[in-house]
Amino acid sequence: MDIFEKLMKLDRRWVFLFLIAVCVVTYAADFEIPVLVEPEVEAIFNFVDTLPAGAAVMIPIDYDPGSLAELHPMTYAIVEQCWRKNLKVVFSALSQNAPGMADQAIRDISDSLKVEKEYNGVVYPPREIVNGVDYCFLGYKPYPAIIILSMGQNFRLPFPLDYYGTPLDSLPMMRDIQNYDDLACVIDISGTNATDYWISYGQGRYGFPLAIGVTGVSTAQYYPYYGSGQIFGIMGGMLGAAQYEQLADNPGLAKDGMRVQWSAHMMIIAFIVLGNVGYFVSRIRARRGERR
Amino acid sequence: MKKSTLIVMAVVVVLFLLSWVLKASALQPEQGSYILRGFLVTFAAFLTLAVMSFLYQDNPFYKFAEHLFVGVSAAFWMCMGFWTTIVQNLIPRLSTSLADYFMVPQRPEGLNLFFYTPVILGILLLMRLSPRGGWISRWPLAFIVGTTAGLNFIRYLRSDFIKQISSTFVPLLGTQWEGIGPFLSNLDLSASGQLVLLLSNWVVFLGVFTGLIYFFFSKEHKGAFGVGSRVGIWILMITFGASFGYTVMGRISLLVGRITFLFGTWLELI
Repeated sequence: MDIFEKLMKLDRRWVFLFLIAVCVVTYAADFEIPVLVEPEVEAIFNFVDTLPAGAAVMIPIDYDPGSLAELHPMTYAIVEQCWRKNLKVVFSALSQNAPGMADQAIRDISDSLKVEKEYNGVVYPPREIVNGVDYCFLGYKPYPAIIILSMGQNFRLPFPLDYYGTPLDSLPMMRDIQNYDDLACVIDISGTNATDYWISYGQGRYGFPLAIGVTGVSTAQYYPYYGSGQIFGIMGGMLGAAQYEQLADNPGLAKDGMRVQWSAHMMIIAFIVLGNVGYFVSRIRARRGERR
Repeated sequence: MKKSTLIVMAVVVVLFLLSWVLKASALQPEQGSYILRGFLVTFAAFLTLAVMSFLYQDNPFYKFAEHLFVGVSAAFWMCMGFWTTIVQNLIPRLSTSLADYFMVPQRPEGLNLFFYTPVILGILLLMRLSPRGGWISRWPLAFIVGTTAGLNFIRYLRSDFIKQISSTFVPLLGTQWEGIGPFLSNLDLSASGQLVLLLSNWVVFLGVFTGLIYFFFSKEHKGAFGVGSRVGIWILMITFGASFGYTVMGRISLLVGRITFLFGTWLELI
């Protein structure tokens, strides 16, 4: 059995093992991959960056731990940008495992705001993030379509209390926020089909500016909505998160993961080429054997 | 049970306990509950490795992790549904005493008898569990199917049909076409330039047109129609390829997440 026949019969477990080894080694190595920012990601950054202080942005966290690696970096980069610029954030969670994700993100980002930092040449002083003043976490309710529609009437209809059990009217920032009309935009970060509902029931019915951050798997299916103007920006998977981190000058897990992406993709391409070479060579040899 | 299976299980248990002790001792005792946190990190690492072991072959550790995930998810979903919907949204609208019992504030608009409708429909839905009265659950189910179909019909018609069709009506000569001469003399090759816009519009037009030809089955795909159909299938394949590329990126991202956890949070090597 020569090398080409061996390639054709290579046990897939060797591929898995090799892939994991390449990823671990590359993750441990310290080098940087340049990230090219796409206009659809830049549109979201510019929109948030130009909002006046005190404006309210809604960030639905619609993903569970399965999509954490891809979507958490987006949440961290956007929410930190919002809070550094003194914007108010309304969080919701329309996926049943999402409240834990949102709660963790809120705590972590609140902690990072306590330290003075410089982003894109601007020094931001440390500040304390206060629940009800800087943000409101609405929590989880099932059936996203119904919840999105009823939030368009009033946030208090589906969410009489916030995630921590406080009536919404008791929260200072929510006194001026009744429905989507009082928000500058909605940026849905989702690993579920809640994005479909935000586009059709939310943006389609109420017409607010909508941007989305979705997993790599579902990115391609949402590009038509970007082309039609139903969403003004889209972040696709870890690459989208890395682009946003680059724009926000706030490198995190996504930008860190780009070198692993690069090496893993190179390895996969090499395996595809090798597999095809093995296939074509063995096919040519089989034809020659038939002629003899 | 085979002897080798018992040995593997014993090794895993020993490694788990060792990891728990080492992790708990590595955590700062002043942060509190370090024994519990040591256990949680170790257990999360065990579950990650148990799920990843499926890549080698199906095994009891993978089965355990899979069943645990399904069971916990179902229970969590049920609890969340009860506490966030029934307790927070429904009970304050039904009964003052029940609202007091669950310590949720009364709704400012007071009690509303209209909300007994979902209660009745919900109870009827649970009749499915009854061997004799199971047929009653078809009524609320019909209500759910009818309302969902109605809502989705409007939704698809507006955002996935009309909006998408209208977005394919693109100017094939660009928005600022003044003739071939001015076009060539002001040729702009940047991403936002007129040439790229023109090419994009043609790709959209041809992609939609040939894609529709491919799905038109009332005429045999021969001649010019066949060529259009072939181009359509190529467009579809390129779309699937782009989607698959994103899928690969997504899966590698998940691996990155797990590597970060295993080698960072758990082993603290990176």
